[in-house]
Amino acid sequence: MSTKQALLLSRNFAKTKQAKIDVAMKHGAYSMLKKAMSMKPDEVTAIVKESGLRGHGGAGFSAGTKWGFIPKDKFPRYVCVNADESEPGTCKDRLILERDPHLLLEGALICAWAVRAERIYIYIRGEYFYPAKVMQQAVDDAMKAGFIGENIKNSGWSCSVHLHTGAGAYICGEETGLIESMEGKKGFPRLKPPFFPAAVGLWGQPTIVNNVETLAFVPRILEIGPDKFAALGTPRNGGTALYSLSGHVKKPGVYELPMGTKMKELIYEYGGGIRNGNKLKAVIPGGSSSHILTAEECEDLPLDFESVAARGSMLGSAAVIVIDDTVSIPQLMIWLTRFYAHESCGQCTPCREGTDWLVRLAHRFADGWGTRKDIDDMFELADSIDGKTICALGQAVAWPTKSYLQKYRHEFEALVK
Amino acid sequence: MQIPDSLKTKAEEIIFRYPEEHRVSALVPVLFEAQRQLGWIDNDVEKWAAEFTGASSTKVREVTTFYSMLRRQPVGKYLIQFCQNISCSLTGGLELQQHVQQKLGIGPGETTEDGLFTLKYVECLGGCSWAPMMLVNENQYFQLTIEKLDRILDGFKSGNPVPPDEPTPLLGNIAGES
Ligand SMILES: Cc1cc2nc3c(=O)[nH]c(=O)nc-3n(C[C@H](O)[C@H](O)[C@H](O)COP(=O)(O)O)c2cc1C
Ligand code: SF4
Ligand code: FES
Repeated sequence: MSTKQALLLSRNFAKTKQAKIDVAMKHGAYSMLKKAMSMKPDEVTAIVKESGLRGHGGAGFSAGTKWGFIPKDKFPRYVCVNADESEPGTCKDRLILERDPHLLLEGALICAWAVRAERIYIYIRGEYFYPAKVMQQAVDDAMKAGFIGENIKNSGWSCSVHLHTGAGAYICGEETGLIESMEGKKGFPRLKPPFFPAAVGLWGQPTIVNNVETLAFVPRILEIGPDKFAALGTPRNGGTALYSLSGHVKKPGVYELPMGTKMKELIYEYGGGIRNGNKLKAVIPGGSSSHILTAEECEDLPLDFESVAARGSMLGSAAVIVIDDTVSIPQLMIWLTRFYAHESCGQCTPCREGTDWLVRLAHRFADGWGTRKDIDDMFELADSIDGKTICALGQAVAWPTKSYLQKYRHEFEALVK
Repeated sequence: MQIPDSLKTKAEEIIFRYPEEHRVSALVPVLFEAQRQLGWIDNDVEKWAAEFTGASSTKVREVTTFYSMLRRQPVGKYLIQFCQNISCSLTGGLELQQHVQQKLGIGPGETTEDGLFTLKYVECLGGCSWAPMMLVNENQYFQLTIEKLDRILDGFKSGNPVPPDEPTPLLGNIAGES
């Protein structure tokens, strides 16, 4: 399968001025919105469910199933597009926002049609100045063209689209943190269950939060049909994915490949292999929140949600960070823990205090003060965060930390004073 | 600081995005816009944002201290936000950090004496496949090398900025087709 893969989501990225509405429409933009609007909302949801489309924001939840969770009689409803893209290693939503903003808008509008939402908010991280500029232009143009606003294409359905800028906080990518942030507050995640955003979301109303990439796939599903989409991937992992490949490969980049593409194929055939003639040491397969995999564990590993989970890690946002044999894992630990300590919102004691301690302990090894007990303490600290916090940031630091210590304990021991 | 008319106009535009009863939702975007126009957020700006959105003054302070991009003190004319996360650090980011510090004679969080540059190390900027990356004010720069970094900084210094990498260049298998 190393022959050139046909592109689905990204097939117009390289086209000149694709961000302009007339160009995008020449390439079919908004025709699938029209198609969706000729169907009953529930039919659209059913198609998305059938396609096997999974969330590309990290959790891999079935998109169609989520849309189906909207309570029957509660209005108004909202759609929030998660364009916070801040999981370290992840850099694919940026391309959709910059290169094909109308594809995203079309997908978000189809979602809004399917769940009968009256407003769409695009929550875009503050650092994405240029992507936000392109996106705002696209929204303005789509409004002029009558795809957004009152009584869209004489359907009687009205839906507005608005950008909402974040201002630097990883935790606002977590869907309830995002909603809190949108309500003008600190991005403190909410406890769930009982309430998931689909039932109680923005301003207490039913809200669908989906990742940029997830929504951008929706027009393509309507175009090729759910069966064909599902068949591109592996069972229960429909379609393709945008893999963000970074780190020590010769050809880093964003690769659109079928779900279930083998890790080694991505790294060696697409990524050109390891830089500078070095050897592969380890891979972080799904953004920095995922367990590290040793080179051996990457053998024969299909990159889909179930397969990566079966190998003890997670596909997450499909951000594959490649690490060669010049890297010390204790050094990696410093970068990792520093990030989560900085981004902890501070609500839960285990996360707030634990991440801080992890950074300090991680530094002890680099500074030559580490002891064997520190290794065990780090593990216990991570364990005391794991599963004992309001949001998944707790696991996001605990899991990789534990995996670094378990799989590369000898490297920490070698630094013991 | 005085609230300029340009900010008031923009703030009206922003608040229009939310239902009237949820004006407070505009708080972060309004503060962000204020900072874009004024450089930083002082007490007057906080007070104005509170009145404008209907948020209490404690709420506003909570927000300005929670979000890492909002600042309550001025920075240099050019704010360098250099990514210090994994992908950038794996691919030469650390050497570049050293280089910037030496070239400008400042450490992270500091501003050059001429008030031109402030250096800040930040977490992942969503450009990992184009690492190392940085932002200078609102401009994105990818695939940095010492040579490219020098060109960019010298460009700002001489008033001849290097154009930002907009749009983000295509890499990977999506680059080829058109
Ligand atoms: C700490 C944390 C950070 C997250 N950051 C993001 C993010 O930047 N972008 C995103 O789409 N999802 C992020 N998520 C996942 C969201 O909570 C949510 O699952 C997702 O937006 C749902 O969309 P999807 O089903 O289309 O993936 C994050 C989750 C956690 C726990
Ligand atoms: S786990 Fe951490 S980031 Fe999540 S709510 Fe608790 S303190 Fe905040
Ligand atoms: S790690 Fe630097 S941009 Fe993602």
